[in-house]
Amino acid sequence: MSDTATEEHPRERVQLHNAVIRFAGDSGDGMQLTGDRFTAQSALAGNDLATLPDFPAEIRAPAGTLAGVSSFQLHFSDQDIHTPGDAPDVLVAMNPAALMKHLEALKPGGTVILNTDAFTERNLQKAGYEDDPRYDGSLTDFQVHEVPVTDLTLRALEGHVERGELNKKGAERCKNMLALGLVSWMFSRRIDETETWLQSKFAAKPELADANVTALRAGWNYGETTEAFVFHYEVKAAPLLAGRYRNITGNQAVAYGLIAASVRAELPLFYGSYPITPASDILHELAKQKNFGVQTFQAEDEIAAIGSVIGAAFGGSLAVTASSGPGIALKTEAMGLAVATELPLLVVNVMRGGPSTGLPTKTEQSDLNQVLYGRNGEAPLPVVAAASPSDCFDVTLEAARIALTYRIPVVVLSDGYLANSAEPWLLPAVDDLPRLSEAFEVTTEPNADGAFQPYKRDEQTLARPWALPGTPGLEHRIGGLEKELDSGHISYDPANHHAMTELRHERVRRIADGLPPLEVEDPSGEAEVLVVGWGSTSGPIRAACAQLRERGLQVARVHLRHLSPLPNDLDELLRSYRTVVCPENNMGQLSTILRARTLVDIKGYHRVTGQPFASDELAAAIEDFGWGEQA
Amino acid sequence: MTTNEGKLTKKDFTSDREVRWCPGCGDYAILATVQSLLPEMGARPESTVFVSGIGCSSRFPYYMDTYGIHSIHGRAPALATGLAISRPDLDVWVVTGDGDGLSIGGNHLMHALRRNVNLKILLFNNEIYGLTKGQYSPTSPLGSTHKSTPLGSLDRPINPVSLALGVEATYVARSIDTDRQHLSEVLRRAYQHRGSAFVEIYQNCNIFNDGAFAALKDKDRKDHNQIRLESGEPITFGPDNERAVVAEPDGSMSIVPTEEAGDRVVIHDPAREEPTTAFALSRLALNPVGPTPIGIFRDVDRPVYDDLVREQVEQSRAQQGDGDLQALLASGNVWDVG
Repeated sequence: MSDTATEEHPRERVQLHNAVIRFAGDSGDGMQLTGDRFTAQSALAGNDLATLPDFPAEIRAPAGTLAGVSSFQLHFSDQDIHTPGDAPDVLVAMNPAALMKHLEALKPGGTVILNTDAFTERNLQKAGYEDDPRYDGSLTDFQVHEVPVTDLTLRALEGHVERGELNKKGAERCKNMLALGLVSWMFSRRIDETETWLQSKFAAKPELADANVTALRAGWNYGETTEAFVFHYEVKAAPLLAGRYRNITGNQAVAYGLIAASVRAELPLFYGSYPITPASDILHELAKQKNFGVQTFQAEDEIAAIGSVIGAAFGGSLAVTASSGPGIALKTEAMGLAVATELPLLVVNVMRGGPSTGLPTKTEQSDLNQVLYGRNGEAPLPVVAAASPSDCFDVTLEAARIALTYRIPVVVLSDGYLANSAEPWLLPAVDDLPRLSEAFEVTTEPNADGAFQPYKRDEQTLARPWALPGTPGLEHRIGGLEKELDSGHISYDPANHHAMTELRHERVRRIADGLPPLEVEDPSGEAEVLVVGWGSTSGPIRAACAQLRERGLQVARVHLRHLSPLPNDLDELLRSYRTVVCPENNMGQLSTILRARTLVDIKGYHRVTGQPFASDELAAAIEDFGWGEQA
Repeated sequence: MTTNEGKLTKKDFTSDREVRWCPGCGDYAILATVQSLLPEMGARPESTVFVSGIGCSSRFPYYMDTYGIHSIHGRAPALATGLAISRPDLDVWVVTGDGDGLSIGGNHLMHALRRNVNLKILLFNNEIYGLTKGQYSPTSPLGSTHKSTPLGSLDRPINPVSLALGVEATYVARSIDTDRQHLSEVLRRAYQHRGSAFVEIYQNCNIFNDGAFAALKDKDRKDHNQIRLESGEPITFGPDNERAVVAEPDGSMSIVPTEEAGDRVVIHDPAREEPTTAFALSRLALNPVGPTPIGIFRDVDRPVYDDLVREQVEQSRAQQGDGDLQALLASGNVWDVG
């Protein structure tokens, strides 16, 4: 927490520029929901914010264990921010396991709020504590608030239990709302919006709504009346661009981007997918929006999902599938078919830790090589990647533009961090979104002296015609066997195969001719060190560069949205710096590609912890490569 | 299904591509039957799509002057499902084989059938892998010897009709490549059926598995072995109807001399809601080496999957109104700055 006013009158508000708070508890404790509500309250207070949910792959790991700890981190600020924050200022630990797992991350001098009711001998043991950390000195560096959260909740809801509106267990379950109320008081957050939200969430069970609201208010009042809390804090509104905002997660933004692409392309949206973490929420969101004409198909497996999408694309839909690495692996053969049949469709890969099942709920950028090269034969296709949760919306629209213009399958890369994290989003005006209907035409007439040749191309884009079943005179057959130039008949001719292979590469390469110039961030204009990144590392890289500049180190930054084809002006740019650093949440996939392409000695920084980069960590790495021992 | 005003002929459904199956292959007969039948039933080339996977049978779309996709191994039902859901105006056919449809693509076949997607699925069963030159397939008889199983196949075969009935396919039939009249009738009914129609066609591979269906095709044997199913008729067969299919107390069926059958003889009713009787009938022959039922096992009406998908879209529109993108983007909590 960086504060401007320090020794104020007790129980007065201390103004902060920003704060990082982490809620941690058992996966059944409702920490994700608590974090979501605190995020919504902070957004309404006008803060810029970024979130980082982190939960176990197990739906309900054994209660009280380290494996079962679920957490939600929120960074909120009165300034423009780009990351969910490195070390939390405040840790809310609902049990010993949560404390054990997260105390290490807390800033020195940070605040810990403990649910003392959960600090039983058994829970301490399950968390791996030999001694109670409250009494063995391990918390001396922190400001500790011991709050009997469970007991306070039960007492607040005594009447509800007596009236038989809920049992003791049900009452206990409201303890996350008591914690939320207390933290809301600490940070001067209004809770009325959460009250309204609870009323509507539990509309069918008014007694549950009332119990939760009571617990929420009890938490707030506890903060207000207890002398234990000397300060409370306020983070004022951030100077965001004028306009209307909402919070959005990456998965929501992909879903909205798909609907927007369907509306702007004037094509029906067909979405075929198989449930997989962390991509399933896209299916859930789209399944709610059928009044946009969206058809959702939960297929029997990943292969059927993309199969259905190829069928729908042949029929003239804007057809989309999404998955994560293991599912993309299964879709590989069909993606090759989409390359060969030259149909426009989107494949979204919400990356998670690998290999194999890997880390289903954690983030990683390790599927870049998979989507670029993971097909048999020469099967190039365009790849775009999102930089932030809200950028998932724009990137999805861009992918649809490329797919429709060039009649090609396009991969959209997101990741577990973007998928579940939220940030404020300045709502675009629909009329300002790209008019995708102008990017393509559906073919209705023969194109070769009264005949129809399905592989006769547009000279500029090299796109083949999109002739839909139902159109008389354009009957044609497509498939995975090599096609003859123009006619599209099966061909085993050697020269034809070479020509078709070159053509498939050239069609992808030409996409780069239509891309805007790269935007380089270099406020001084004198940087000799360039940081190049892609995907969700954008925020941490941006924050790290800002830190370095504050320390007088001039560093430039460029973010790559298009990974295939790479922008035409990239080579020249990379060659013009003394040092180029490429941080990635993988073992150096993009940096290897860039080195091969440009012969520039790119310095890669690689970490795969399942978590996004911390900006401090990145700043140190960049400094080391740019000015330190590795320079 | 498409209705047709103009008069079309077989020629309108025949592409200019040279047919490249081996001379004598059963596929030729099936192709000719389908090409003749479609115009007769009023189908339109532009509204017809053939989707196939990989294998000899899967070359079928190239020879039809309709729309078509020759896809990847086993996945044709998945592609066809996406097309059928998104394009209710089309007639979507799937052409597959015993390897494509029952081995690598068994999962997709099963799910298309249990959903009752509006697809006409033709499974050419030759009990062999032809395109890869003669390995045993999931329908090859137990103990049969082929390149990959010189000491005899250890795999118990799938009975495709039993499989289809097991997942409650709404139309299930079996016919024979060269029995043009029977095949035409079975396909005609398949075309008229709303929902998934599954037709197993015994198709002779004269190169790698010649004579697999001789029991049903040889002049002097077929009358003894073809159990021709006719709706509403007692199931009897043989040159003089001397044998009959009867129901056993345990639910299975067996074959007895007609004079011993009495009122135990099974009266065929493909419209019976319960698939159990049809299933028992399909168990009379694991492989068609003896008496084997052919014809329509099951033909029942059930809501069609792709119709239901579209109905949900229409219901959502009726209840919530047409989607408003600007309103969607601004849904939930919004706040204004400046």
